[in-house]
Amino acid sequence: MIDLLGYGAFFTSTALIFGLIALGLNLQWGLTGLFNVGIAGFVAIGAYSSAILTTPDAADRVGGFGWPILAGWLAAACITALAAAFTGYATLRLKSDYLAITTFGVAVVVQLVALNAQGLTGGPFGVAFIPRPFASLQEHAVAFNFANLAVIASVVLATYLALERLSRSPWGRVLRALREDERAATALGKSAQSYRIQAFAVGGAVMGLAGAVQAHFIGFIAPDNYLPTLTFQVWAMLMVGGSGSNRGAILGAIVVWAIWVGSGSFTAAIVPSDLQARAASLQIVAIGVMLCLILLWRPQGFFGAGRKK
Amino acid sequence: MAAETVLEAQGLTKRFGGVAAVNGMSLSVGKGEILGLIGPNGAGKTTMFDLLAGSVGVSAGTIRLMGRDITGEPAHKRLAGGMARTFQIPRPFPELTLLENMLIARQAQTGERLWANFTAPRRIAAEEAAAKEKALGLLDLVALRRLADEPARVLSGGQRKLLELARVMMADPKVILLDEPAAGVNPALLEVLIARIQEINASGVTFVLIEHNIDMVSRLCSRIVVMAQGALLFQGRPDEVAREPRVIEAYLGGSGA
Repeated sequence: MIDLLGYGAFFTSTALIFGLIALGLNLQWGLTGLFNVGIAGFVAIGAYSSAILTTPDAADRVGGFGWPILAGWLAAACITALAAAFTGYATLRLKSDYLAITTFGVAVVVQLVALNAQGLTGGPFGVAFIPRPFASLQEHAVAFNFANLAVIASVVLATYLALERLSRSPWGRVLRALREDERAATALGKSAQSYRIQAFAVGGAVMGLAGAVQAHFIGFIAPDNYLPTLTFQVWAMLMVGGSGSNRGAILGAIVVWAIWVGSGSFTAAIVPSDLQARAASLQIVAIGVMLCLILLWRPQGFFGAGRKK
Repeated sequence: MAAETVLEAQGLTKRFGGVAAVNGMSLSVGKGEILGLIGPNGAGKTTMFDLLAGSVGVSAGTIRLMGRDITGEPAHKRLAGGMARTFQIPRPFPELTLLENMLIARQAQTGERLWANFTAPRRIAAEEAAAKEKALGLLDLVALRRLADEPARVLSGGQRKLLELARVMMADPKVILLDEPAAGVNPALLEVLIARIQEINASGVTFVLIEHNIDMVSRLCSRIVVMAQGALLFQGRPDEVAREPRVIEAYLGGSGA
């Protein structure tokens, strides 16, 4: 029973971190209509930034800054915001599928840098010994898990409230107008370029923060964490929860993560051990099938703004 | 023409590849005037508007708004500078409510700055309340107030034209460029539209009007500029334009000898 509670806290924490990433995507896609398929890259930038800044000295890579965790998180959000703003600036003239393929490329580049710039990122070995909040509680698994859950839930709640305020503000109204008709918004005095870059930066900051929180939650990061599968998962979460809704982003993350984990355990239980590696693909199948079902049943997701006929 | 010039274009040219859609066109609009811009299809009227509004770049020529050279200024700065434009095919934000559509057009809103939403919430709330009041008043004027909280996609074609006009009024412009406001508008709504344009004009706002509805042009405009093949063909009072053989020939598809 205690184990189950601890696992529940662990599961919820992981899902909420995905929810945080989905909140960032919701600002970019749900509100502004920016087709960002480079999520994994921005999460990675945040994770590595905070990891490098907070870890103790390591022999074969830069480091030893030993910053406090909170400072690492803030720095991760700022650095990722800058990287995202730069991506936004470089892609100002690109729309929809062209923007998608470019952001996808950015994420691949980031992942390859993480894999190969050994002196900075530890290369394939990743970064270990990332300080974990409440490390002193580690002896008591349940207390440790719940303390972490409390921290993560607070970060998600604060981000949610800030993003809710922004999406209801005149600033958010301009983003929605740009999503609907960039030319009309420009004629009405809004600089499409400036707001696109801002949307990239704010969404990127949230994704980077999520990456940092996750890195400190697990205590270890490696380039394999930031493959395109991550981007795919987060998109599925936002679609299921309802694009345009911050609550939907969080709920969608929990639902999709539950299906992901559940289908993983399920295949592990029924598939013979020599086929396990191949059966892992069934997880992606499960998400795909569920996405189809939900989009058939409720195309706008759980909380998406329903189009009246 | 005695009044001061509000908007002046000189030698405006726009080439798309080898084609000059607008070719050395000049016009000048006096304060408080309603100037009609007419011409056969393909004469370059809408491109002329795009040039004036900055949504396409100028190949040659200059544009002055109240004496200030705005030729190279980006499109999004022109409304704050005092010049508004509407589109031939109206462009409401379909999923935004009518009220939100109106509020977007307000200029210099504190709440459109990212950080201000956390540092100056009261000022933003006050500005929003004032803007809302103005927006509802303008929606009332064009008989759309009861739809204020509906998404703009529910509007008919004619209502969209009215919304476009009301929307740019949120920015208190000095000059409004109207691209075919009467197209697709039923006769009853058209009367509302003409009455509103006259009222707004009476308050000192200058209009430039592209229109094929000659009846409307004659009623509203004191002076008409006729374009053909990207250049000025003729300008004068409505009755002069109606008698001018070159204008008649351009419309009837003469080879333009």
